[in-house]
Amino acid sequence: MNHSYTLADKTFFCEQVLPLLHAELNSDTQKHLSTYRHERVKKTVIYIGITTSSVVAGALKTLKAIEGYLEENSVDAIIVPVGSYGLCSFEPIVEVQLPGKKRVAFRNVTYDRVEFLLDGAFNSFVQPDTALFQHNSDILEPWPDIPVKDDFPFFAKQDRLLLRNIGIINPENLLEYISFGGYRALAYTLRNQTSDSVCRIVELSGLRGRGGGGYPTGLKWRKTLSVAATERIMICNADESDPGAFMDRLLVESDPFRIIEGLTISAYAIGANKAIIYIRNRNKLAVDRLTLAMEQAYDFGLLGYNILDSGYSLDISIFQGPGAYVCGEETALIQSLEGKRGTPSIKPPYPNEVGLNGKPTVVNNVETLASIPDILLNGADWFMKIGTATSKGTKIFSVNGKASLTCVVEISMGRPLSAIVELAGGVKPDCTLKAIHLGGPSGVSVTPDELYLPVDFDELKVHGIPLGSGGVQILDQSVCMVDLTKFFMHFIRNESCGKCIPCREGSSRMYQILNEISRRPDSSDKHHTLERFKGVIQLETLAEVMHDTSLCGLGQTASKPLLKALKAFRDEFEEHIFDRSCRAGVCRDLRTFYIDTEKCTGCAACAKKCPTNAIIGTPRSPYFIVEDKCTGCGSCMEVCKFASVFYR
Amino acid sequence: MKRSIEAILEQYDHAGMDSLIPILQEIQNKTGCLNEESIVMVGKHLGIPTSKVYGLATFYNQFKFEPKGKFHILVCNGTSCRLNGSKWIIDFIEKNLKIKNGETSRDGTFSLEVISCMGACESGPLISINEEYYCNLTPAKLGEVLAGLAESE
Repeated sequence: MNHSYTLADKTFFCEQVLPLLHAELNSDTQKHLSTYRHERVKKTVIYIGITTSSVVAGALKTLKAIEGYLEENSVDAIIVPVGSYGLCSFEPIVEVQLPGKKRVAFRNVTYDRVEFLLDGAFNSFVQPDTALFQHNSDILEPWPDIPVKDDFPFFAKQDRLLLRNIGIINPENLLEYISFGGYRALAYTLRNQTSDSVCRIVELSGLRGRGGGGYPTGLKWRKTLSVAATERIMICNADESDPGAFMDRLLVESDPFRIIEGLTISAYAIGANKAIIYIRNRNKLAVDRLTLAMEQAYDFGLLGYNILDSGYSLDISIFQGPGAYVCGEETALIQSLEGKRGTPSIKPPYPNEVGLNGKPTVVNNVETLASIPDILLNGADWFMKIGTATSKGTKIFSVNGKASLTCVVEISMGRPLSAIVELAGGVKPDCTLKAIHLGGPSGVSVTPDELYLPVDFDELKVHGIPLGSGGVQILDQSVCMVDLTKFFMHFIRNESCGKCIPCREGSSRMYQILNEISRRPDSSDKHHTLERFKGVIQLETLAEVMHDTSLCGLGQTASKPLLKALKAFRDEFEEHIFDRSCRAGVCRDLRTFYIDTEKCTGCAACAKKCPTNAIIGTPRSPYFIVEDKCTGCGSCMEVCKFASVFYR
Repeated sequence: MKRSIEAILEQYDHAGMDSLIPILQEIQNKTGCLNEESIVMVGKHLGIPTSKVYGLATFYNQFKFEPKGKFHILVCNGTSCRLNGSKWIIDFIEKNLKIKNGETSRDGTFSLEVISCMGACESGPLISINEEYYCNLTPAKLGEVLAGLAESE
């Protein structure tokens, strides 16, 4: 595979490209660079998207099948691994670029379809329904009846800035990143800007932290820079651990060099000579890609001692987070780096005064860092034009759940939330949209009549909606809101670090209460029912106490999904409490079973299996379930050979 | 076992508290899981009380004190998988294999681990058994997979 580069490539880049990166390159160099962009190819190039999600969908098997095909038919072609376009539902995506022809992308290429598709492509025949889109180019011959990438609705309706390169470039090759305009921002910054002026530009641009808090990035840097210290530390928080959020992982896997360039500029801005990338140990592919990217950057003098002859040095190391949700909080993350339990500490002092090992430290999210190169290259004014008055730039969302298209999208701030739903193609056919859930366990569900609200930190806050980190779940009528809030509370209960008692005990108690209303009572005596109601009444008070008395965001926001759901979906909660029924059929313990007397043969299999002896009858005549005794376990349904047990 | 831990500790000569997590990660990667012996050795090497090392190891999800089974089942329980029914998958495994999250079956064949998100939301509910992925599962489909594994055993 075309993983590495030859010595000639390296000489060309080190002598002709890198020293002149800060200025305009001459036309010969430009022309040579375009070959790395695969604008014109002499040999067939086959691109295959390899990321976590496509590997799950079978991309590695597809890759093997392609290699086998090429060998078998003795086709001379290059295979290039690329990232993901964010079109997760269409993965594995394979693209073919024949000499003189446009690069065309095929959808859902499982290993058994490789032969059929490649046979077609090599004979210049592509069925339009197997292909997704073809790339734009003025000099190459187009394929008939296949949309051009810019016209493809999914891309046309987005504002891709940070995700510009994903899917297109090879994440394992630095040269491709540079040929697509990478590292120009760093070269320009190191030559023309001081730490102070970088801080000022980012401050002016109005960039705010994308991790969820929305704190102005430039201000954070400025504060750190103004602390007198011999050593400062820059940390990239790539420990994305919201369940159902995968945009940072996708960005790191598909364009790792952008993160490293952003991190280098940020470290320069705060005068740090040491940077750490904190990433979940489980994201193996992301760790591998980052490691490889760093190796290459060191090799080309873009990291390490005296970067690009500027006199500035930076060392980056990767720390594999051992897995705790609370480590997304910056003080907990720093504790974890110091080799302690990841518990948040009291602020002030803020990490920008006393951080890792007592040194001033800045912690920035992946998405924030990815925005930095473009801001420096195009200026603060350019960035200020994107977005709203108080929220600038773009935001990346990973859309999943019951969406008809699981995808990663980037839209500019200020566009309505409905744009996200639209890009994901709404809900699946024959389903109705119930809500969308923003921001994972500390986010809220947004009802369809609130979808007009713009993506904006402050505007959403007024309506009690935190923007969160960018995970979006689309919910349809088959989702039970009680079950969803119970799931989030269970998650918080497991992930609470245990430092503050309100969070530790409160989340546990809330889970208990929610669990109580989503199942049948153990006994029907009055005391139990009373306890259950008391719990429900106490939910709101408990939520308030947790919010007021917890130290970090985890505890403070833990009750948000519940409180919003209680308000917006009150009827559903009441149904669970009073009628003991779940309209979505998700809370299985609330089901009531009955036997169809016409189908029942009286084999007595269910009666033998029933744990509470709720099924009565005589053999060879239809049986009957006593509703009061039934606990809704469903074992009668599983055991019935004649499919005569139903539930409502 | 003791040898391999010593070999790892040798690389971290004069290390401080901040290399505690990398050391434990390396030991776990090499030996499969942590145990009393390794915790005590690490504590002695770094000059940290064993209780602190144990406290840290039990805090993070990554560190395990039970060896993995021959078939290590990872179940994704992200929000998206949950909405698509990962709850029933976990239920099914717990019932049929008689193991709970984090446990290994007594004969050492199966072990179960529920994790918060695998990052492949379009294929949910999703499990992975020894790095092999099974997508869009239903309990019935999972039953076939497990039966196949038990047969190959």
